[in-house]
Amino acid sequence: MSKTVSMALVRDQKTIGPLVKLLTLEAPEIAKNARPGQFVHLRVNDGPAPLLRRPLSLAGADAGQGTLTLIYRIVGQGTALLARLKTGDRVDCMGPLGAGFDLDCERPLLVGGGMGLAPLLYLAGALCPRPVAVLMGGRSQEELFWQGLFAEACRHIHITTDDGSLGRRGVTLDLLPELLAGGEFDRVAACGPRLMLEGAGRLAARHKIACQVSLEDYMACGVGACLSCTCAGADGRRRKVCADGPVFWAGEVFAL
Amino acid sequence: MMLNVDLAGIPMKTPVMTASGTFGFGPEYADFVDLNRLGAIVVKGTTLKPRPGNDGRRIAETPAGMLNAIGLENPGVDEFLAHTLPKLQGIDTPVIVNISGNTVEEYGELAARLDVSGVAGIEINISCPNVKEGGIAFGTSCASAAAVVKAVKGNTAKPVITKLSPNVTDIAEMARAVEAAGTDAISLINTLLGMAIDIHSWRPVLGNVVGGLSGPAVKPVAVRMVWQVARAVRCPVIGMGGIMTARDAVEFLLAGASAVAVGTANFVNPRAGVEVAEGIRDYLAEKGLTHVRQLIGRVNDFTGR
Repeated sequence: MSKTVSMALVRDQKTIGPLVKLLTLEAPEIAKNARPGQFVHLRVNDGPAPLLRRPLSLAGADAGQGTLTLIYRIVGQGTALLARLKTGDRVDCMGPLGAGFDLDCERPLLVGGGMGLAPLLYLAGALCPRPVAVLMGGRSQEELFWQGLFAEACRHIHITTDDGSLGRRGVTLDLLPELLAGGEFDRVAACGPRLMLEGAGRLAARHKIACQVSLEDYMACGVGACLSCTCAGADGRRRKVCADGPVFWAGEVFAL
Repeated sequence: MMLNVDLAGIPMKTPVMTASGTFGFGPEYADFVDLNRLGAIVVKGTTLKPRPGNDGRRIAETPAGMLNAIGLENPGVDEFLAHTLPKLQGIDTPVIVNISGNTVEEYGELAARLDVSGVAGIEINISCPNVKEGGIAFGTSCASAAAVVKAVKGNTAKPVITKLSPNVTDIAEMARAVEAAGTDAISLINTLLGMAIDIHSWRPVLGNVVGGLSGPAVKPVAVRMVWQVARAVRCPVIGMGGIMTARDAVEFLLAGASAVAVGTANFVNPRAGVEVAEGIRDYLAEKGLTHVRQLIGRVNDFTGR
């Protein structure tokens, strides 16, 4: 599981949703070692401003092709610079970083809110052909371009939107209780807003289903050195989101 | 052998160290860089008891820099001695332990606890801007800084480096005070106290409200302070503050630093410590020089100071 810094080649970049980009990088060494839930840390320019790397979760990795898939939303200066990358450009890419998802399950339910669906897409592909279900939430229909991306790997897709423009009106946590009540799942894997993760962890615990959550936080180094992204574990011990996570068992980081 | 330096009795293969708080304990970066090729590793600030650090957001990017308010999160000296230090024994690079106390006595106790094999030196942190007690409180008064240095020197046989805060009116006065108290070397600068405000929420960006500014943005301030201190004291000076490249490092050496430390650059380029050393070697060759010591303090400032 060795980590490297390499100048990845941009294979392709396209817009797939409102301000959302899908970036395909050629980085064979990273692709070979990557697993779902891990992330890469990208430099967005050569100069000192913006200074820090940007952590992006892997939405896919293909060891055979030597490629990485990243899906991100343009939210600030750094991602705006990334969005300018064109086929043939090079980008300084560090990874794969962090601890990924546990794959030892038979009937997983993936729960994702907004851009939290990116690492779950990689996970869905890795778990296929096991029967994978996904519960995805977004503000409105336009944000659920994810439906098409998950269609190949997932048997069942459940959707909620804040405005009811697609699927059930509400948030993922409104629909999750009835999905879990069916008793068909042996694992929940969630990524999205912290409150959603905590709620998913609680509901899964109530049904005695093992649950993993992928956290995010502001980070500088990405390797556990700067301690920008640590959080208190349920046992009182500190956890580094970048190095001990970003994927944790829900009970490690939330009092369930 | 163009780069080797002896820093107050600590032999280093290169004059490029890693700055405390930016390189963990070292192994965090072992996948990316050969730790044996660094001048020295200065490990994360260590306290007597474990510290959880500050609540809320801890970093904010700023123009050519960053603010941090980690708050000295660390597992404590017992954990360091029992589990971390043994893991560093296989590395052929001096390990310097940065220490921080709430009281003068705690600094002395930490120095005593760390007076063990495998620790090459002690760096006294009297300049952390992010903790309520201790830290910078000791670093902004000559008398209390001197008291801390005396307490540490009285409890260790290791070389002692005192890390100064830039958040003072007269940096040369602070340097003279800690030298008189017996420090073997001085490192500077720690971060500059700064603040960022979210204009949408109208709240401070950092959970701690204020934090320490580092990165290329602070380099000119750091070079100026290293220059002032190098002229004020006889002990060796370790220069740091925004060093990203060998060119940056050479500025510090010319200003009077005997060694330099790479800090925030590690976050951007994990190989920065090694690449800066390689770049200094290339610079020496390019200038027809044979040893890094030929650069130290050689700025032609014509001020007569």
